[in-house]
Amino acid sequence: MSVSKPHPHDAAPLHVTGAARYVDDIPTPANSLHLAFGVSSIANGHLKAVNLDAVLCAPGVKHVLTAGDLPFSNDVSPSPSPEPLLAENTVHFVGQPIFLVVADTHLNARKAARLGQITYDETDAILTIDQALAADSRFEEGSRIYATGDAREAIENAEKTVHSVIEIGGQEHFYLEGQVALAFPQEGGDMVVHSSSQHPTEIQHKIADALGVPMHAVRCEVRRMGGGFGGKESQGNALAVSCALAAKLTGRPCSMRYDRDDDFMITGKRHDFRIAYTAGFSADGRLQGVEFKQYTRCGWSMDLSLPVADRAMLHADNAYYIPNMRIESHRLKTNTQSATAFRGFGGPQGMLGIERVLDHVAHALGKDPVEIRKRNYYDPAARQKTHYGQRVEDFILHDMTAQLTETSAYDDRRKSVADWNIENPILKKGLALTPVKFGISFTLTHLNQAGALVHVYQDGSIHMNHGGTEMGQGLFQKIAQVAASRFGVALDRVKITATDTGKVPNTSATAASSGSDLNGMAVRAACDIIRDRLAAFVADRAQVDPEKVSFDSGLIHVGGDSLPFEDVVKDAYMERISLSSTGFYKTPKLEWDRIKGQGRPFFYFAYGIAATEVVVDTLTGEYRILRADILHDCGASLNPALDIGQIEGGYVQGAGWLTTEELWWDAKGRLQTHAPATYKIPACSDCPDIFNVALWEGENTEDTIYRSKAVGEPPLMLGISALLALSDAVSACGPGYPNLDAPATPERVLDAIERVRG
Amino acid sequence: MSTVSMTVNGKVVASVVEDRTLLVDFIREHLRLTGTHVGCDTSQCGACVVHVNGKAMKSCTMLAAAADGADVTTIEGVANGDLHPMQKAFNDNHGLQCGFCTPGMIMSGIDMVNRYKAEGKTLDEAAIRAELEGNICRCTGYHNIVKSIQQAAGEM
Repeated sequence: MSVSKPHPHDAAPLHVTGAARYVDDIPTPANSLHLAFGVSSIANGHLKAVNLDAVLCAPGVKHVLTAGDLPFSNDVSPSPSPEPLLAENTVHFVGQPIFLVVADTHLNARKAARLGQITYDETDAILTIDQALAADSRFEEGSRIYATGDAREAIENAEKTVHSVIEIGGQEHFYLEGQVALAFPQEGGDMVVHSSSQHPTEIQHKIADALGVPMHAVRCEVRRMGGGFGGKESQGNALAVSCALAAKLTGRPCSMRYDRDDDFMITGKRHDFRIAYTAGFSADGRLQGVEFKQYTRCGWSMDLSLPVADRAMLHADNAYYIPNMRIESHRLKTNTQSATAFRGFGGPQGMLGIERVLDHVAHALGKDPVEIRKRNYYDPAARQKTHYGQRVEDFILHDMTAQLTETSAYDDRRKSVADWNIENPILKKGLALTPVKFGISFTLTHLNQAGALVHVYQDGSIHMNHGGTEMGQGLFQKIAQVAASRFGVALDRVKITATDTGKVPNTSATAASSGSDLNGMAVRAACDIIRDRLAAFVADRAQVDPEKVSFDSGLIHVGGDSLPFEDVVKDAYMERISLSSTGFYKTPKLEWDRIKGQGRPFFYFAYGIAATEVVVDTLTGEYRILRADILHDCGASLNPALDIGQIEGGYVQGAGWLTTEELWWDAKGRLQTHAPATYKIPACSDCPDIFNVALWEGENTEDTIYRSKAVGEPPLMLGISALLALSDAVSACGPGYPNLDAPATPERVLDAIERVRG
Repeated sequence: MSTVSMTVNGKVVASVVEDRTLLVDFIREHLRLTGTHVGCDTSQCGACVVHVNGKAMKSCTMLAAAADGADVTTIEGVANGDLHPMQKAFNDNHGLQCGFCTPGMIMSGIDMVNRYKAEGKTLDEAAIRAELEGNICRCTGYHNIVKSIQQAAGEM
């Protein structure tokens, strides 16, 4: 079988030779046009006058479009709440597109886009959480509340309490390939679009609305993205729609790519959060009641903020049984970029809230945080129910914690860190071990469906297509392994093909870690339909039971015979048997009411645990990650090499979010960290010197594809251990609790050191 | 406008370009060699690294005119029939995910191995990590990239 094997990424041979094609590499005719947006320079106000004469006269410019020029819908929103492609009368953030330049070259379009003469009636911008609360500027009618038991009473009756606030910064996706789209006009007003998008169906839908045509007139193709991380779930809509509009207007192919600064200024990022908490607990550290207030800046448009904020609430328990809990969530509307999907989708922020609580409780009791965490873990039977009603029936963190504690030599290192900190006045070390329990499924239940299309050709080669998109995670290879396994053939017999709305319709975004779960099952269904036809055919011919036909090693075994797969396929074709099928899958068991906050939003949970050791220079606040040990649960992994890659990358991305990656807006709402010179994602030298990653030996208790588990998002939250290791190092400097905010830049670490010294 | 002529992957090419044309745009748009990528536009991410006269160079930070007469190698020119050991190592060690940074990583990897060899220095893990300061990857966490370069260093 092809599954469970560490096959390299399917496109690796193309990547290492430079032959892999991204959207901007697709050859275009010489008369192709290029687009750029002219954007708002203020954060909030009315457009008084928009003079675009200089733009129109600039070299190479063919057309300039404003909102009034759009023939149909001026909307690129992924949610029911509108989000104009081009500003109409008002602007809501610095960087909001106001006009669209169509020019002969990328550079000419960009240069012309800077020449707009726009005057504004500026009004005060709402930039911060405090400003938004004061102005009651929010999405939804008010705060949303999920609760179980009576948290207030439990806290009042508890022996001990802690309360504080953690500020958690956002994060720029920094996919290496920026946003890009390319549209080719077709006969009869049809449109073909190549988009670097995690959600081709939404691109198709938004373009159809913008062109005033049915969805069948638009086809979106996505072969690969140069990274996505959630940033290409909705943020590519504006470019793809613009390209389609300009292609329709000019009859010429049109492409658009943001340069890196534009990408930072225009597109959404991870939501930043403030989480205020009060926790009541027993003298031995068991949580009795916890109250959270989660405040999040959603930016100017609703985008995906509601489900992001919901998921933050759903992960406010992480791995812990909390009998009484109340979470109040405020979704605040601000004059900043539209915060959007980012790996974890609110889960990381919610999880950091409770991990911070446990760290604080352990500090208050003078105990090792690992001991406190284990004491609060979910347990079979009595301690199994989450605050939203779902029971945690597949909990494996007790065993995983025991294993990682041993393999990482946690107890010995805890002692040596303590010894080091006694002996060294300047450099302080810290160690933290934190778990992850992440719910798998889209919380919008209807999205948990997928389709596939599989053809077997006369020569026995197989063409495979499904609704998932490839952004580097290795989805295509995993699904090809599934297809090869179902037919019992070698992997090279399966052709992986670009995601295409003309082949598989009505797809969900490749998001929520669901790519291989959903599409793997859909491809399996399609393959099994064809396989069953082949089995019935050979069984009938050999006069045996079709159940006794088996497929492996490129052979079909029937009766006493073993026939080459391609020979049977050829014979089946001659017998006029259909060798093509669609496949469909919907996740079972889901039932969720997001308003009540009750039900079963998740099919299952994925788990992980990480131990990180850091050293901090207490004179400067600078630090290094010395070592990270990770044990992660992928169920029965479809491809251990790809899964370990996701875990390593996820950890580093999560650690980057909480340490060096700082988004900073000035008082006028201008993002000032809009390039890699000022926004620091982890470089190679920032990674742990010692980095041990292992997969948990186990399988999914639910019936997923080959009992595997989703792996895209969960490992990001392993990076929480890096932040809490820094907090641990800081707490070696004095008696106070560090109250370390994220990202823990050297400045914040230095501030925290001052604080704990009192 | 300037006439620019150089050898790219062993072939002599010449073109009339605007004076301000960057080497990366010359390679991608005039020669249509799209394996060299633009990641950050500001010489920081390293996705655009090529070799100019045998040395690694960020092609978004150099004018095409400045490479006039030079011998340029892009990712497309690295394999010589078989994959170069550095290419093979990235493939075998899962040194890539989305692949966008990979061409630049490979060009930087080859350059650092060559330099260390020429200077008789050992390219150990710490040195690789320091040398990769100018190449950003957002997917892998670098672990397998370092492993790939280490393996190739032993085979080059």
